[in-house]
Amino acid sequence: MNKVYSRPKALKDVSTHYCPGCGHGIVHRLIAEVVDELSIRERVIAVAPVGCAVIAYDYWAFDCSEAAHGRALAVATAIKRVRPETIVFTYQGDGDLAAIGTNETIHAANRGENLTVIFINNAVYGMTGGQMAPTTLIGQKTATTPLGRDAQLQGYPLKVSELLAQLPGVKYIQRTSLQSVQDILKTKQAIKEAFQNQMNGLGFSLVEILSPCPTYWGLSPLKALEWIKDVLSKEFPLGRIK
Amino acid sequence: MITGNEAIAEGALDAGCRFYAGYPITPQNELPAYMSRRMPQLGGIFIQAESELAAINMVFGASAAGALAMTSSSSPGISLKQEGISYIAGARLPAVIVNIMRGGPGLGNIWPAQSDYFQATKSGGHGDYHCLVLAPSTVQEAYELVKLAFYLAEKYRNPAILLADGMLGQMMEPLVKNPKSKIPNPKDRRKEWALTGCKGRAPNIVKSFYMREGDLEKLNLALQKHYQLIQAKEERYEGLFLKDAQIILVAYGTMARISKVALHTLRQEGIKVGLIRPIALWPFPKKAFAAKSSSKVRYLVVEMSYGQMLEDVLLTVRDKEQVEFLGRAGGGVPSAEEIIKKVKKIL
Amino acid sequence: MIERIIIAGSGGQGIMLLGKVLAEAAMLENRFVTWLPSYGAEVRGGTAHCMVAVSDKEIGSPYIAQADSLIIMNAPSLEKFKSRVKKVSLWVINSSLAKPDNIKGGSILQHPFTDLALGLGNIKVANILALGCFLKYKQLVRLDTVSSVIKKFAPAGKEELIRINEQALRKGAELR
Repeated sequence: MNKVYSRPKALKDVSTHYCPGCGHGIVHRLIAEVVDELSIRERVIAVAPVGCAVIAYDYWAFDCSEAAHGRALAVATAIKRVRPETIVFTYQGDGDLAAIGTNETIHAANRGENLTVIFINNAVYGMTGGQMAPTTLIGQKTATTPLGRDAQLQGYPLKVSELLAQLPGVKYIQRTSLQSVQDILKTKQAIKEAFQNQMNGLGFSLVEILSPCPTYWGLSPLKALEWIKDVLSKEFPLGRIK
Repeated sequence: MITGNEAIAEGALDAGCRFYAGYPITPQNELPAYMSRRMPQLGGIFIQAESELAAINMVFGASAAGALAMTSSSSPGISLKQEGISYIAGARLPAVIVNIMRGGPGLGNIWPAQSDYFQATKSGGHGDYHCLVLAPSTVQEAYELVKLAFYLAEKYRNPAILLADGMLGQMMEPLVKNPKSKIPNPKDRRKEWALTGCKGRAPNIVKSFYMREGDLEKLNLALQKHYQLIQAKEERYEGLFLKDAQIILVAYGTMARISKVALHTLRQEGIKVGLIRPIALWPFPKKAFAAKSSSKVRYLVVEMSYGQMLEDVLLTVRDKEQVEFLGRAGGGVPSAEEIIKKVKKIL
Repeated sequence: MIERIIIAGSGGQGIMLLGKVLAEAAMLENRFVTWLPSYGAEVRGGTAHCMVAVSDKEIGSPYIAQADSLIIMNAPSLEKFKSRVKKVSLWVINSSLAKPDNIKGGSILQHPFTDLALGLGNIKVANILALGCFLKYKQLVRLDTVSSVIKKFAPAGKEELIRINEQALRKGAELR
């Protein structure tokens, strides 16, 4: 018998703290698989965010740093500059990357830092209890938009990937989702490409992943996947952005 | 002749600093300008960051990756860096932060001040932590102490602050480059904890986040023990005429050099004045106050702030009656004449 | 002995450089020296100044509230410092650009340094003319020491620049 499925070497043998149906566990695994396939586990350095994935370093079996909320790309910039031989990536949610850390995001991208960014967009703040995110949809109810997001009061869903695509320092941007097995495989391919770009010295690469948060969307895990397909990906279209 | 700001940059480079990130603010701009010129020549990294927040977090990242890293700024910018400094302390990373103080609060002005004493010595960000704080009073000493700051930061895996003011940053004085002064010990630089890629070892994690019950308290207790060790070993001060003084001036940095002029003038008039000049502000040099002539001695604390170091002197001397204060801030600098007048009034 | 000098003029007149040359020369003659520039917003709007202290003893504050000498290179600077300083022993004033009216106390040396510099062929050496004039009166450092500093400060290969500055220094020292 051939073993066809096993835990990647880059993933620790522990269970995660994520809610049922959450997308973080899937993306953690995809990253670990890519790290194994590219044989870079011993030279990769991750920068974890503040948010639900704050303890991502407890799940990955490679070097990791924490970063203050929003500052992952500043921390990553310095690590990569100090150790150009390593493969450095940040793993950030929508609050971390697109609200409190917008400045660091735009400027790291604009400097064309040779980094890989995994951007989890679930349109809500998970860790703090389901508050509005910059990517929350118009009409979406959250802990701080009880009547639904109102553009007059809270503005519009922020499309960071499209914004960043304008910058000459940015090499690669792809938006994917976890809504189906095919989409998960496409996500893995995009993550791989974003890592390969860095290995080839091509510059700033970002993969935005539409990821389910059944808990704060108030949906079952299955309905949450349908919501990505029917609603979220209409506002945030999938595909290659740059 | 070299400005204080440039001497600090030169000292940092001589200490082996090869990573600098900062954001422009007066009166410390000569420092990053110098770094931007010299770093590439030495194979080091200079980044003009998009903000003070980015700069201090770049220092966090560089230090996590094992580099000798530094940032500099002036008061309002240092306020912005406090979050990052707290993380650096919590993650047990060495780093040097230079504060060329200016008047506050708020945007304040660009004139010299010492109003960030509390912020520097009492942990300016959140949490129970301490930075080592060194306060030079001449351009030469600024060069020496930034080297010492790197030495101590590396030795104790702790952030160190070099606290000077706009006057010292801007002024030029002669500098003799001293190759003998302390620089980081190679032993302290092995850094088994640094992020280098986990080849041939278990993965390293640099973090300050401890969710499991009891873990953060353990970290805090370890930090407190660590701070006690630093307090026991790293007090530093200069004492002048402490044996026979009836009144001892207590001043640091620029204020100490002005106090020295007052001291010598008063001594010529036969008035027995001494000086305690804290070189380390944290740990505060309590030992200096034990070496006094008699319990009757009076202290005059002189600051370019309104009674900040005064609190540490009061905590050390304990008898309020013995301690007097003279301070100005917001760009005002007590003159030697004002100090002399105050001393005569007290005696 | 301490000599406290304020040098003031406008941006482009070589005010900071004048102070640095003087301070460096005093350092070479083994004196304690400090040099403090005006900085930040203060150098916007027409005036720039620096403060130089030269002493036999350690210097306290590099900031000079009471100057012994002032070298003034333009009218706004004269206005600025006329009311600010007392008990000045020497005013050196660039009469090409500033008229020394209503100055109380102290000796006044006034010469058209800017015009004299133009006569030498380079308006930029007005500062060194003023320095020569100041030094002849105050004897603070030797002219030869200043010459060596000028040589040290000049960019490599700028022999002509050294020559004209040297000429300006000596000519300044001859002014009466």
